[in-house]
Amino acid sequence: MSDPRNMSAAPQATAPPLSEPSAWHDISCVVNGHEVDAQVESRLLLSDFLRHRLALTGTHVGCEQGSCGACTVLIDRVPVRSCLMLAVQCDGRDVVTVEGLAAGDDLHPVQESFRAHHGLQCGFCTPGFLMTLAALADDAEPCDEERMLDEIGGHLCRCTGYLGIREAARCALGIAAGPDGCDHTGVRHE
Amino acid sequence: MSEPRPTGYVGAALPRLEDERLLRGGGRYIDDLDLPGAVDAAFLRSTQAHARITSIDASRARELPGVVAVYTGADIAGRMDPLVNTEELRIPPGLEAELKPLVRVQPMPLLADDEVNYVGQPVAMVLAESRYLAEDALELIEVDYELLPAVLDPEEALTADAPRVLLDAEDNVGLRVRHGVGDVEAAFAAAEVVVSETFTSHRYVPSPIEPRGLAARVDPFDDQLTVWSNTQTPHRMRDHLAPALGRSPDTVRVISVDVGGGFGQKGILVVEEILIPFAATDLGRPVRWMEDRNENLVAGSHAREQVHHIDLAADADGRLLAVRDRIVANLGSRNMVGLVVPYNSLAHLCGPYVVPNVDIDVTGAITNTMFTSPYRGAGRPEAVFAMERAMERLAARMGIDPADLRERNLIRPEQMPYRTGMLDRRGLPQEFDSGDYPAMFERARVALDLPALRERQEALLAEGRHLGVGMAMCLEMTGLGPFEGATISVRTSGRIQVATGAPSQGQGHATTFAQIAADAIGVPIDVIDLVGGDTATIPYGVGTIASRALVTAGNAIHQAGGLLRRRILEAAATVFDTTADELGLVDGVIVRHATDAAMGLRELLLALALTPGGADSDGLVETSYFQPPNYATASSLHAVVVEVHTATGRVDLRDYVVVHEAGRLVNPTVAHGQVIGGTVQGIGGALLEHFQYDAAGQPATSTFMDYMLPTPEIVPDIRIEEISLPSPTNALGVKGLGEGGAIGPPAAIANAVEDALRPYGVVVRSCPLTPSAIRHLLRGAAIDQEEVTA
Amino acid sequence: MKPPPFDYVRPTTVREAVDLLSSTEREVKVLAGGQSLMPVLNMRMAHPEVLLDISRLPELSTIEYDDGALRVGAAVTQSRVATDPAVRAGWPVLAAAIENIGHPQLRNRGTVCGSLAHNDSAAELPAVAVLLDARLSVTNSTGTRTLSASDFFLGTFTTALEPEDLLLGVEFPRPLGRGWSFHEFAQRRGDFASAGVGVVMSRDGDRVADVAVVLFGVGGSPVRPTEAENDLRGGELTAGNAAAVATTAAAAIEPGDDIHATGVFRREIVAELLRIALLEAWERAA
Repeated sequence: MSDPRNMSAAPQATAPPLSEPSAWHDISCVVNGHEVDAQVESRLLLSDFLRHRLALTGTHVGCEQGSCGACTVLIDRVPVRSCLMLAVQCDGRDVVTVEGLAAGDDLHPVQESFRAHHGLQCGFCTPGFLMTLAALADDAEPCDEERMLDEIGGHLCRCTGYLGIREAARCALGIAAGPDGCDHTGVRHE
Repeated sequence: MSEPRPTGYVGAALPRLEDERLLRGGGRYIDDLDLPGAVDAAFLRSTQAHARITSIDASRARELPGVVAVYTGADIAGRMDPLVNTEELRIPPGLEAELKPLVRVQPMPLLADDEVNYVGQPVAMVLAESRYLAEDALELIEVDYELLPAVLDPEEALTADAPRVLLDAEDNVGLRVRHGVGDVEAAFAAAEVVVSETFTSHRYVPSPIEPRGLAARVDPFDDQLTVWSNTQTPHRMRDHLAPALGRSPDTVRVISVDVGGGFGQKGILVVEEILIPFAATDLGRPVRWMEDRNENLVAGSHAREQVHHIDLAADADGRLLAVRDRIVANLGSRNMVGLVVPYNSLAHLCGPYVVPNVDIDVTGAITNTMFTSPYRGAGRPEAVFAMERAMERLAARMGIDPADLRERNLIRPEQMPYRTGMLDRRGLPQEFDSGDYPAMFERARVALDLPALRERQEALLAEGRHLGVGMAMCLEMTGLGPFEGATISVRTSGRIQVATGAPSQGQGHATTFAQIAADAIGVPIDVIDLVGGDTATIPYGVGTIASRALVTAGNAIHQAGGLLRRRILEAAATVFDTTADELGLVDGVIVRHATDAAMGLRELLLALALTPGGADSDGLVETSYFQPPNYATASSLHAVVVEVHTATGRVDLRDYVVVHEAGRLVNPTVAHGQVIGGTVQGIGGALLEHFQYDAAGQPATSTFMDYMLPTPEIVPDIRIEEISLPSPTNALGVKGLGEGGAIGPPAAIANAVEDALRPYGVVVRSCPLTPSAIRHLLRGAAIDQEEVTA
Repeated sequence: MKPPPFDYVRPTTVREAVDLLSSTEREVKVLAGGQSLMPVLNMRMAHPEVLLDISRLPELSTIEYDDGALRVGAAVTQSRVATDPAVRAGWPVLAAAIENIGHPQLRNRGTVCGSLAHNDSAAELPAVAVLLDARLSVTNSTGTRTLSASDFFLGTFTTALEPEDLLLGVEFPRPLGRGWSFHEFAQRRGDFASAGVGVVMSRDGDRVADVAVVLFGVGGSPVRPTEAENDLRGGELTAGNAAAVATTAAAAIEPGDDIHATGVFRREIVAELLRIALLEAWERAA
């Protein structure tokens, strides 16, 4: 069993299999559509793996306790706290982060509606909200106000006071037309 | 010379220019920075509120593989001076001469050497190859503490037999200042009604979702120290670091990166911000530090804890004759930032009211708690809580409707500019430049439909339901000086860079400042790039604090933009060999009237290098500093309707109106976002947030489960009513509004709750008004609630 | 904060998991959803040497039900249970309780059994387990045994699980009646409850045929106020006696103070919530 604790060490010889206790493991997963193979320390949090090993810094860390929601990503299309998961647990999983939302030049409808409704100020909590709402938008079940509030209730924002976020969420989820007449794609009509 | 301003961006509700980048996850916050070869820092922090360190052994930590260095207080003492926030502690000459405040300088050792004075105080610094390893090392450092008596309550700290908070201080006083006007004794003697109350503002933690962090690197070739930080005051950081590290300020560059919220907590210097660059210098390696949430809650600066013993004297009509307030502020373990917050409380206490006789006595007590510093409102929320609650009590005593009572005492618009007779924080005569407070009350009455509300309140009471309405009126002297600057330059690409010392923490400067610049220069907004808070781009700056950036940086940008426009046209005149009034700047292109001749800025810049005789205008750069002649006084009136469920103590916010006056708005969307965001922070303090220590000084609320921030479902649809009175203090007519929203809510909500529970005779003296607190008030109230709820 | 170092292992069968738990001298902690364990590790409030991940064990990933009971394997998430149509129809109090847990993002990983094994006194799932007289299946190298809820929950953060034990699953019997209610009081949506109540009830015309009540968030393990249950059986339920029964049940508990709420407040809240819950269950039982 190898014990190199240096996070920036070059890849070692193959680590023991996942079915054996080890401080290091090899993992294979898909992140934003790309195959990723890595050797990770067992205790490495998924949030740190994404941010510092894969340089996907759009996922943010605000509490490392699961309370603030800034670190939320999609694992197999389901929103979860990346600060409460280990990188090693993502072996064989499909991971989507905020960097995986936009399609090239086109923003995801949820991103568009946040821009249209001033749903962000400092932007730090924003990726978490976007991931939760993107999953909700993709859900076959239509979403009502109650469910939307339940889902965004898992996210703290200190800047906006939430009103812009609620408007953006309603717009993106087609819950109610905003005063400016959003359509269901989240695009604000001039 | 042709006239500018064809575009008119100022005043437009433009969507923000920075949003796309942030929405894509392209924000560059301090922890996103990849610094090859960097070591990560972690701090060992005191576990005791007050103790002597009798021994500290870091030998096992130093031996852990991956640990690069461990510093203790002994390693630092003698090499680095303790921290003194000289800027904040400076007393303006006017205040010194008139008031002779006592402001003790209580230097904070960068790492505690022999005494710790609060839980969370840094005791050792570990540098390791990763934060994980650094935290492993922290667990291997052994510290022996000899416990000392601790005192946590500020009034208790001031009693004769209180234990000493700092062993080498003569007492537990950090500061004292007293100020007033007129003759309060005579006024109280002659008064028809005197109301004496005690109101307390509790302890908060600003809690931006991104905690504090910084990274430092000494370049091996040119020896320049670069510090990346989420500070709100990069120039102040540079000006402090340079002498602290024995460097010329020319060799220190501080860069404010994208910041995930500041609210004042990132606006003062803390010891970690000196230790990290020190370590980078000492180790010859880049060093990074990212505070975690636990550290931020326990050992990031706290705010707001003040007790007000306030007396109001009024005549038979409810007109205020005098206000007397004895304020005790909890400074925490040291007087770190002097008069900044306490004097704000003093200067804003009387708010929008005409008060002929005033006596305000402030004592800042030190205690074995985390030190306090400015947080959104910075002393004003505490003052407003005391005054607006006192006004409510006065109204109840006199049987006058609280809104009517307030209106009787308002400074009238025809009295503007209004001198209170007191000195402001600069030591100059306090003068409110503009405001129309009666109009704000009128707007609130209409927005709430106050008469109908009162009817509904009565009807609901008959059903056993408790509706209440409360108001709080707040003034905010914004646009603090002494200056801010802007350097605007045409770059090689032809794009225009606007550099200022005021960085953004979410206020949208990249948009609002670009709007100002685009109008002033006369170019489309999409050629403008804003750089906020890079000390290499402008020599002097103050920063984004105290609701000042739009006023000071905004006007500096406006000035510099105008100068740049003139320079561009004069330079172009040289190149075109004509006069400036033959030229115009249209859509960012220089055109010669009545011809087809045109030139882009990029070509102009190059042409200047090639055109002889243009010595005066070879560069297209202008720098301008704006020194505000006075504060720009903004104001807000918060009016809230609550329903209190007496069986459970739950408070629901049924309606919330903010009437808001902040001069000319550069971007209404951004402005409203600031007001709403501030209001919700205020709501947090009114209903949820409370930083608590146990009796031994151990933090009891050190996670977000226990320090409760507002969540989406708590917030009603807040309505904003706007009045705009352009400030005469600056050319743009703007006033600051970053903090305003946070000032009124605790007072307004407390007033509303008291109004709702009037049948029980409840008096609200503090927040947060949690369900448990409301039930406690009801149980203790005069009337037996069984009679009313049956 | 970052977790301390540990080894991670993900066995592929329950057998392997049990062998690992029994064969090592090292301290092993079972990792299912991680929503309780990871915050503890991130705060370095525990230093296990091995984390044993059961979250993907197929044998523990099933929801089964029949006329007798609902069986939830130890790896099944709270979200999955709460959204299962059979659970919502047959065990509505369970679905309602889960929907009060934290936030959806936490429920997407957190497991039903993980919450039971953690036994936070303010948690909803131990309360439902006590309310429905759940049975917990525990295994180790010596064999498998079943414990009743009352034998399993021993006190705040304390259960009958020994270091070598693995909780395999929980069985919720069919509720004793169609009537049900679940209410908790928290300052914000998703917070730990200051106090909470659950009720299941069956009705015979205008009499209470059978009833079970649980009080939780009142310190220690969830409480069944059996005196109150006895008082209710066979009688009518009205606004008047619901309030009286609720007050009596609340008077029997001694919740403590904490930084968010006093014990006195908790008792008041329990009485109020129970009054509402009894009437609601009564309506639903019709």
